Amino acid sequence: MAGERLLDVKDLEVSFYTYAGKVHAVRGVSFHVNRGETLAIVGESGCGKTVSVQSTIKLIPMPPGKIEGGTVLFDGKDLTAMSDRDLQSVRGAEIGVIFQDPMTSLNPTMTVGRQITEGLIKHQKLSAEKARQRAIEMLSLVEMPNPRERFRQYPHQFSGGMRQRVMIAIALSCNPKLLIADEPTTGLDVTIQAQILDLMKSLQTRMNTSIILITHDLGVVSKLADRIVVMYAGKVAEAGSSEDIFYDAQHPYTQALLKSVPRLHEEARRDLLAIPGTPPDLFVPPKGCAFAPRCGYAMRVCLDHQPGAFPAGDNHAVACWLMDPRAAHVRDGHAGRAEAAGARGGAS
Amino acid sequence: MLAALWIIVTATFFLMHSIPGDPFLGDKVTEAIRQNMLRKYGLDKPLWEQYVIYLGNLLRGDFGTSLKMLHRSVNDMIRDGFPVSALLGLEALAYAVTIGLVLGTLAGFRHNTWLDYLAMFVALIGISVPGFIMGGLMQYVIGLKLGWLPIARWEGFRYTIMPAAALGLGTLAVMARMMRTSVLEVTNQDYIKTAKAKGLSQREIVFRHILRNAILPIVTILGPLTAGIVTGSFVIELIFGIPGLGKYYVQSIFNRDYTLILGTTIFYAVLLVFLNFLVDVAYGIVDPRIRLMRSRE
Repeated sequence: MAGERLLDVKDLEVSFYTYAGKVHAVRGVSFHVNRGETLAIVGESGCGKTVSVQSTIKLIPMPPGKIEGGTVLFDGKDLTAMSDRDLQSVRGAEIGVIFQDPMTSLNPTMTVGRQITEGLIKHQKLSAEKARQRAIEMLSLVEMPNPRERFRQYPHQFSGGMRQRVMIAIALSCNPKLLIADEPTTGLDVTIQAQILDLMKSLQTRMNTSIILITHDLGVVSKLADRIVVMYAGKVAEAGSSEDIFYDAQHPYTQALLKSVPRLHEEARRDLLAIPGTPPDLFVPPKGCAFAPRCGYAMRVCLDHQPGAFPAGDNHAVACWLMDPRAAHVRDGHAGRAEAAGARGGAS
Repeated sequence: MLAALWIIVTATFFLMHSIPGDPFLGDKVTEAIRQNMLRKYGLDKPLWEQYVIYLGNLLRGDFGTSLKMLHRSVNDMIRDGFPVSALLGLEALAYAVTIGLVLGTLAGFRHNTWLDYLAMFVALIGISVPGFIMGGLMQYVIGLKLGWLPIARWEGFRYTIMPAAALGLGTLAVMARMMRTSVLEVTNQDYIKTAKAKGLSQREIVFRHILRNAILPIVTILGPLTAGIVTGSFVIELIFGIPGLGKYYVQSIFNRDYTLILGTTIFYAVLLVFLNFLVDVAYGIVDPRIRLMRSRE
């Protein structure tokens, strides 16, 4: 079974030490990625999804960031214990990364070709000419027209979608086992988004890469993900297969998140549903469940004690006190109270 | 470019003549002799006629003869003085660029350490203390008290070190500060994270990705800074007794040496226009976004 898990993150703790104080951004996050599968990590801005994933290969700025606990097992190696030198042979070679904003993630003063060959020459010890051939191959693999000509050009001569293709070419050039896609379509317009997602999907099946997809766009998730991790305020709220999360969500936050997605077949005049209230300030992390102040079902225990992960089926876990057998009756017939609590949360 | 030069010539010509007095007013000569001298140099003619004559001579590359230094043509004086000034300026610029960039880069990478504070302290002094005060101070301490370097004159490389250092200090400080800011800014760019995610070492990231991008804004200000060094050399040359062009420039204004004022001004104007052109070309080389598009490609 252990061989099946490519990446296994356990109890990861990450903080940022700023002038204003310590921000506890990731508070004991665990997740894993199996070989060849796509794991989506969803959650609103600032919930710690990017930090959790980028910390695994120490891409967050350190300082002010600091990994304060947990283990990251990648292909049998503990990445947290690795020296920076050893990590360099993992980054780019075994784990590729695509970032959010393709307009700023490429070096403006270096040709696109050179930015692709750089990693190839370093990791695969290719000669300049071999690397050039491989880079042009990669460019045609990401469906770039005129790859030979494009190889010699600079990033400013590319559109946003084209640059994201270049980023994908860079990330996949060394045949990594894992691709981290950090909001890969956020900076692109909708038609281009679809193209990039299709491209990632087809490349994944072709190269048999695992993908971690970080996003807040549930549409993107439904298109690509095999399993989903829902994060809230630096913790995992719910984790499960795509079906579990979309059709059998148990955590009130996940349910609210799904309800807030606008739907085409519903009445056009309906107001968009929003979750009342705001996420907690991680300068002072809450003692109990972080979602409790916004939760319609919040109980006294939620305010004082962190919920553990309750199993809700095979590979489906929910961090919510409602899953405790003693709270089985709470959800039934509490809709009225739930709404009232929701309104209160919105006012605070 | 030619239009700019013409405007400079014209403005200088008329401004210069609007200063009260004339070249021979201070000399202890009788009024008759003074009139004779004015006539000899054509200064008795109406102003517009002098202007036309001057422009005509200028087009033939003749700056005329100095009114105060007997029998010396302005062309000769520039030919003798400029190499000295140019050497001094280049040496100052070399100090400023190399030391300034190194200091700024170190400060940027060792952000908020003692090294950073030291570099910025040096830069602060360089910016706030003018070159001529620094020059005087250096003459006193290094030249007189310690006796390490000659105090003044121009007789070999040892003589050039102090004036060039005094001249370059302000520019050095500006360079260091700009480079520090620039390094800090580039280090936080997304593409540096991309480079790190590629598995490059810190060294590779610094030399391949950070420095080249960090130096871009420095290249832009190199033109104006060079201008600053050139104009600054007037005072430094005077302090250190260097037979450069700058000294003539200052003296010529006190002396109302019309031909010399015009000659040196025009010469410096041409030089600055040329330097700015060089900077534009250099910018195109380091920044591909500015590079002139080759036609048909």
